[in-house]
Amino acid sequence: MGQQNGQAGNGQAISVEQIRRWLLAYAHRIIEQEEYLTALDADIGDADHGTNMRRGLEKVKERLEDPDCPCNSVGSLLRSVAMTLISAVGGAAGPLYGTFFLRAATSCNNSPAITPAQFAAMLRQGLEGVKQRGKAHLDDKTMVDSIQPAVEALEAAIGQHKDLRQALHEAAEAARRGMEHTAEIPARKGRASYLGPRSIGHQDPGATSAYYLFETAAQVLATPAHRRESPSRHR
Amino acid sequence: MSGVALAPGRSITASLEGMVLAYPDLLQFHRDPDYVAWAVPPTEEKVAVISGSGSGHEPLPVGYVGPGMLDAACPGRVFTSPSPVQLVAATRAVAQEAGAVYVVKNYAGGVMTAEMALDLLGDEAIPVRTVLVNDDVAIPDPARRRGLGAAVLASKIAGAAAQAGLPLDQVADLAERMVQNTRSLGVATDACTLARAGIREPLPPDQVEWGVGIHGEPGQVRPLPKDPVLLLEEMAEALRADLELRPGEPLLLMLSSLGGTPQAELYWAFRHLHRTLQAMGLSIARHLVGTFITCLGRGGWIATLARMDGQLLELWDAPVHTPVLHW
Ligand SMILES: Nc1ncnc2c1ncn2[C@@H]1O[C@H](COP(=O)(O)OP(=O)(O)OP(=O)(O)O)[C@@H](O)[C@H]1O
Ligand SMILES: [Mg+2]
Repeated sequence: MGQQNGQAGNGQAISVEQIRRWLLAYAHRIIEQEEYLTALDADIGDADHGTNMRRGLEKVKERLEDPDCPCNSVGSLLRSVAMTLISAVGGAAGPLYGTFFLRAATSCNNSPAITPAQFAAMLRQGLEGVKQRGKAHLDDKTMVDSIQPAVEALEAAIGQHKDLRQALHEAAEAARRGMEHTAEIPARKGRASYLGPRSIGHQDPGATSAYYLFETAAQVLATPAHRRESPSRHR
Repeated sequence: MSGVALAPGRSITASLEGMVLAYPDLLQFHRDPDYVAWAVPPTEEKVAVISGSGSGHEPLPVGYVGPGMLDAACPGRVFTSPSPVQLVAATRAVAQEAGAVYVVKNYAGGVMTAEMALDLLGDEAIPVRTVLVNDDVAIPDPARRRGLGAAVLASKIAGAAAQAGLPLDQVADLAERMVQNTRSLGVATDACTLARAGIREPLPPDQVEWGVGIHGEPGQVRPLPKDPVLLLEEMAEALRADLELRPGEPLLLMLSSLGGTPQAELYWAFRHLHRTLQAMGLSIARHLVGTFITCLGRGGWIATLARMDGQLLELWDAPVHTPVLHW
């Protein structure tokens, strides 16, 4: 549990402002990819994943841009994102992403900045939450297939004291490979599982929307914190 | 289907407002978070029966709100389960210390939504039991069976048991007993064109889709038999075999249109189902024919067969005042 401010670890702290920008970037990415995500869901599901996610992330974007957004700690920011998604998304993705952010939030209460190791621990908590909520494992062809390899790659890179930019890059690459791998396997969870082997050849929509989390993290969080104003003075 | 106003993920607010407008004495629409409850709340304390569902299955779930059945329904967007926040709001509004039963169709989204609602309710003093509806014989593994017509039957039984003043566990047990004794099968005669995505190939007129779900989940495409009556006979046999029915057991037969079947074809199908079951030596004690659970405007039927017993029949016959069921 991260109570102390993150100066330790790989020498780079991630501020709550950076987390806010990451999630804003994620929201933009989802909104921009709505049609694509829905088309993927049309192949093996019920053609609503893009619509569901866009609706939720538009609300998240509003929330993150609101000056009253609780930006004094990473935990409260994530909790607010979680509640917004739970209220707005519906379907399977709402509870899953809601649980992801809610569980991530509980691992970094009250911290205005976190270390890379704490960031990895936070995503690990989120992953475990998703797996518990959906009772899914690796290779069930779900969002777990991009989140789990990404979290493992991030943990490994940080364990080897690689710098944050490199660690995030490796996590995003692992997420991308995991996402692409979902096209090669049959679905065992979610609506697509009713297709059995007929789901092979189609990439999982949830694994795709989850990949964007790591893609945008690598783009936004790799910028070192010292290039910004002091995060603690930020609202 | 027309697709003028409805498509996956689309808002159904205006449609709900229309429904409540059509039944002002029975229904009241609460907004943000959205749920529909009785126009006039019950006076005596009782167990509340609540059901969430994606939309596009009308009249399910809102058409079953009223005395003797659901206390509240939480409709999601088209083919999308509602948000947990809707279930929480409905629970706080209509449930008291006696508790609440959630009638949940067995779909990933619906099940997770109910679990998350329970998490959010946390240790508030409202006990909740979830009744999982899984009656679709098209799926061999019972744990993965989707919820179809048994959602209507279980809601009726739970509502009647709650109205009779039974405690939470008995209400939930009875609803579960209803589910365990119910099987459904969906057969479609045309394609479910998901309007927005426009993805499904049309079904040729000489083909049917066997074992479809109510969200356009594909079934098994088969040639329509030369004598279409054989199709109904096969449906009856699939349900009978799965329920392991024996002659003499009192049955309930519900035949629902998938939303786009002409009435004449619905009654035609009912006749042949009914006859086939009778020829098997089975006795239909109660029946319903109409539009009860749908897949937007798809052509075809959902046949639901249930083994009843004295107590279930009594609860089935108990008074009910909803837009769809009323006696
Ligand atoms: N049990 C599960 N565990 C983890 N992820 C899951 C599970 N079930 C589904 N998913 C993910 O959710 C994605 C689908 O999300 P979507 O928003 O389309 O919900 P849905 O399944 O259509 O639910 P609903 O029909 O209730 O709207 C899948 O691509 C998959 O990645
Ligand atoms: Mg979907």
